[in-house]
Amino acid sequence: MTAQLDINQLLDELETGLRRILEERGVTEPAIIGIRTGGVWLADVLSKRLGIDQAFGELDISFYRDDFSRIGLNPKVKPSSLPFDTEGRDIILIDDVIMSGRTIRAAMNEIFDYGRPASIILATLIDLGARELPIQPDVAGRVLSLAAHQRVKLRGPDPLRIELQETGQ
Amino acid sequence: MTAHDPSPHHLQLTRDGQLRHFLTLDGLDRDLLTDILDTADSFIEVGERTIKKVPLLRGRTVVNLFFESSTRTRSTFELAAKRLSADVLNLDISTSATSKGESLSDTLLNLEAMASDMFVVRHSQSGAPHFIAESVTPGVAIINAGDGRHAHPTQAMLDMLTIRQHKQRFEGLKVAIVGDVLHSRVARSQIRALNVLGAEEVRVIAPGTLLPKDVESLGCTVEYDMEKGMKDLDVVIMLRLQKERMEGALLPSEREFYRLYGLNREKLALAHPECIVMHPGPINRGVEIESAVADGPQSVILNQVTNGIAIRMAVMSMAMGGQVAERQRQQAKGAKA
Repeated sequence: MTAQLDINQLLDELETGLRRILEERGVTEPAIIGIRTGGVWLADVLSKRLGIDQAFGELDISFYRDDFSRIGLNPKVKPSSLPFDTEGRDIILIDDVIMSGRTIRAAMNEIFDYGRPASIILATLIDLGARELPIQPDVAGRVLSLAAHQRVKLRGPDPLRIELQETGQ
Repeated sequence: MTAHDPSPHHLQLTRDGQLRHFLTLDGLDRDLLTDILDTADSFIEVGERTIKKVPLLRGRTVVNLFFESSTRTRSTFELAAKRLSADVLNLDISTSATSKGESLSDTLLNLEAMASDMFVVRHSQSGAPHFIAESVTPGVAIINAGDGRHAHPTQAMLDMLTIRQHKQRFEGLKVAIVGDVLHSRVARSQIRALNVLGAEEVRVIAPGTLLPKDVESLGCTVEYDMEKGMKDLDVVIMLRLQKERMEGALLPSEREFYRLYGLNREKLALAHPECIVMHPGPINRGVEIESAVADGPQSVILNQVTNGIAIRMAVMSMAMGGQVAERQRQQAKGAKA
């Protein structure tokens, strides 16, 4: 299991996948946006790997979550920060884990409130399946299916590592 | 389980400490006040976007219930609610001769029948928002937009946000509140907030006739001489002279008041060179403050207005969030039982 979750292997996969897609689509000046918290760490790493000079954006989706009417407001919300104009820009959106797809829906709604991007490429380090919305990553570091008692979490930022937890249930 | 919480402080908090009404700063601890300021910081960023709106209160109805008129407070609450995507109804109800309790109850019943989710209440009677919070249908959040001489908690919190923006901290700060403390609901809330957040000294500067009895018990020192009081200040908050609330001759004259307690360049020069100047507005130029100071480089009066929208977005979304979370828990409990 440990070998399967080697962070560098997964980052290599992401980098290769992203380079391929950028080339296929003829995107030369992408801007990266990471979803807090894990996605922001990955945005930092991938900016360097892909040689993107444009400072990456950080998104806190607390104001856009669809479960406000169930759990209220996240008390630890931080300001989002997009240091570039999203209007007409090709965006790479990054998160650590995708499951239901609800986080990505919220993130895309938020991005559009800054301006209409030309395109969004979705990259996730780990795809756990269990989708509840028709949203799929364009590139994933690894597709995993976990047993009911298992959880996966990205720890970081330095060093970045993937933690597989057994909940014991 | 009883229907009522035993402690009145808990009226505005859920069982696990989330805000569900925002009535007073009494009983709210430093962590919660800091959460409000942090959340407001995030809403300031929203206010800088092309689309200055988030979907948090989409489909909910906010009623601005103003029994006492106030253009600025009402319009910032209205803008805050709209930026949270709520539907807003503005009601200006002048206080009538009918007995307060009864007219309030009737008004409320009618508004609840319109499926309102939140009342923003301003009333000349101290305690009116508490009264409403006690009697309102569960699930409806009450926000105090100023009640009598009691409290104006959103104004105090927007002042705290402004101070934190400019000074980055509260520890070690010397803050003065100058002028008509007696009639000021803001001053009480400010003194409370500054103490909870850890300011070093809160000083009130005013003539004895414009100070409430036992003002020190609120958690402040008193200075009657403004020139002495300005020494070492990091923040000076000027209060508006509430001429409409004055009964009898508490003041010799406006000119005399300005000479003794008005903030001009000479008096400001006695404070710390980076002292910021605040005023809740509307300003009486030449009565509390000289124009050159109000419009000067140390003035942060217009920042206060911008911050007012963010603070109101924060408390509205936090209180609504507390209400919905509480309702969910109760339903879950009901389903189990």
